Amino acid sequence: MLSFFGRSIVQKIVTLFFVSIISFLIIHLAPGEPSQIDPLNPKFTFEMVERFRKEFHLDKPLHIQYLYFYRDLFTGKTVSWKDNQSVVQKIWDRFLNSLPLFIVGTILTWTISFPIGIRSAIFRGRFFDRSATFFSYLLISIPGFFFAYILIIFVVTRFHVPVIGMETFGLGEASMPHVIMDRIWHLFLPSVLGATGGIAVLSRYVRSQMLEVEGQDYVRTAKAKGLPSEQVHYKHALRNALLPFVTMFGLILPGLIGGSVIIESIFSWPGMGRMAYEAILARDYPVILTVNFVSAVLVLAGTFISDLLYLLVDPRIRL
Amino acid sequence: MITADISQSDNVVPLDKAMAPKRTRLQEFWFLFRRNKLAILGMIIFFFFFFIALIGLLLTAGRHPVFDPALIRLQEKLRPPLAEPNLETLLPDEVPAFGVYLFGTDDLGRDVFARMLQGAWVSLTVGFVAVGISVLLGIFMGGIAGYYGQHQVRLDHILAIGLVFLGAAFLAMDNILFGFMFLFLGVCCALYCLSRRKTSVRRAPFNREHLLGTNVFSIDTLIMRIVDIMLCFPSFFLILTVVALLPASIYNIMIVIGLTSWMGTTRFVRAEFLSLREQDFVMAVRALGVGNFRIIFRHMMPNAIGPVLVSATIGIATAILTEAGLSFLGFGVPPPHATWGNILSDGKNFIFDAPWLTFIPGVAILIVVLSFNLFGEGLRDVLNPKLRERS
Repeated sequence: MLSFFGRSIVQKIVTLFFVSIISFLIIHLAPGEPSQIDPLNPKFTFEMVERFRKEFHLDKPLHIQYLYFYRDLFTGKTVSWKDNQSVVQKIWDRFLNSLPLFIVGTILTWTISFPIGIRSAIFRGRFFDRSATFFSYLLISIPGFFFAYILIIFVVTRFHVPVIGMETFGLGEASMPHVIMDRIWHLFLPSVLGATGGIAVLSRYVRSQMLEVEGQDYVRTAKAKGLPSEQVHYKHALRNALLPFVTMFGLILPGLIGGSVIIESIFSWPGMGRMAYEAILARDYPVILTVNFVSAVLVLAGTFISDLLYLLVDPRIRL
Repeated sequence: MITADISQSDNVVPLDKAMAPKRTRLQEFWFLFRRNKLAILGMIIFFFFFFIALIGLLLTAGRHPVFDPALIRLQEKLRPPLAEPNLETLLPDEVPAFGVYLFGTDDLGRDVFARMLQGAWVSLTVGFVAVGISVLLGIFMGGIAGYYGQHQVRLDHILAIGLVFLGAAFLAMDNILFGFMFLFLGVCCALYCLSRRKTSVRRAPFNREHLLGTNVFSIDTLIMRIVDIMLCFPSFFLILTVVALLPASIYNIMIVIGLTSWMGTTRFVRAEFLSLREQDFVMAVRALGVGNFRIIFRHMMPNAIGPVLVSATIGIATAILTEAGLSFLGFGVPPPHATWGNILSDGKNFIFDAPWLTFIPGVAILIVVLSFNLFGEGLRDVLNPKLRERS
């Protein structure tokens, strides 16, 4: 057991090391430099550019820059090139903004897709199953930005509520319930949009898991001995079908930092995705690299947690 | 000889007749596929889209195209679909084909129908080329991992590759002397590796040659670790970063999408190859002395291609969506060229005045992506014997 964890952790650290090298190389070998981002600015004289390059070690060879960057990252001293603020602080602020979207989106995904998936597995081939299948394909295929505009038009013309941004501007005097409703309306659309793809994929997955378990012999035995069908479906079949999903809790971890770029820029939501997008536009290398690094850490931690959960819940796996 | 005798003798013929009629693989495929109505619909739209994109390329290219997607008529801006052009204000050249704006015009008075036709080709090529790259790369990596996976990478291999890379890095940093020196050393090392390929590494007394011949890890481990590393990158963010840093061009987008999406195919192909190489027919072929490449491509690949085809079809859908998303964010194909993503992105500013600018490209993307997804899922059901409904 311990040796498995030890090996897995060492392996993940090596992977992380290579990820850090590759992302560093991708960013720095691309043509163009951050000092050239605004060549027409009259304040940006040659001396300024030189000072800028010296300040951020851009005049050093690549491997030195790499060492400097990751030393700063691990001591938490990395600063954004754009506004000289601490990158960790910046990411943390944006993360707190993205967190409600992530939580509501995840809750929506998991609470909606399970009933749909289970029901379509039980009524396989019937009308409900077929329409659920078709709608899940529809939701997978619809471009997120297009769907966002349909929903915005619908909500704005039907309910007359503002939906762009995190809250309505200049609402200071309003009463408490009003403010809360306003926040909920603003939260609702982006999180629904974030959840749609997840609902479609997860409900299909629940359905296929459920179908597989329903085909097992012990389910037939349970039916044959005359148990009521609810008990067969929900007690015998569902419990075993749930097994793979417990481990998926680990895999949703990367979604914490993912934050959809497109949805956040449509709704002007000041979250992680939007920050990353702005950093790319401004060639703010420390922010891009840090976001990349943190998300790689989360992916690796997620797979580790899911392995761990598998060990905990599946008695067939023993090390 | 004996088999020929038996097949000609009379008592076998009725037995042959009693069996179910023989069907070729394609016929069987079609028989199973036909029952899935949604997949059929998807396939029809798939071919229709293919056709439209080709026609669109022909009709919108050239100096005097039938539908000119770049022609600006400022006096005719934001006309709704099926609007008649105002003939008095237009030059004879500027009148759209069929004398009607089929899909309306945008904020610069450009014919949306012509732009949609032009964009169809972009979506199609981005989808196919990106997926082509990812499938080729995936099959290559997966095939090597599955077939040659047990071979070991030795220390001298790593040394050779490291030296060559170091040389290339020095060359890239304009250090020509060191660059060529390391490149030369690396090539020497590689030649040395090749020359001692045949020698078996047994328990020889410890010497320097033995140290260089130490096995470090297997090729399978190497490739699967590369896959793990690639999976660590958040894919859309990575694509966005690379596309934003590179000069805007449609080829960069195709290549980047292709290079960031081959991991799934690699895993499929590796898994299939690992199970196939243990099977008797591969053993038989190998015993006949057939070369490795023929075994891989003639005997194993046709058996492993099913899941690859499915994931490729769905991958095309994903690539089209990714390209549309990039165009929407303004990183797609550079402006004079129309794509469905940037028509939508331009149209979003007029969403209440000119909803067709949003809905026409949006619905088009939706239908095409949906058809690819349905077709792919249909293929999966047919090609996967486990999922087949037993009737």
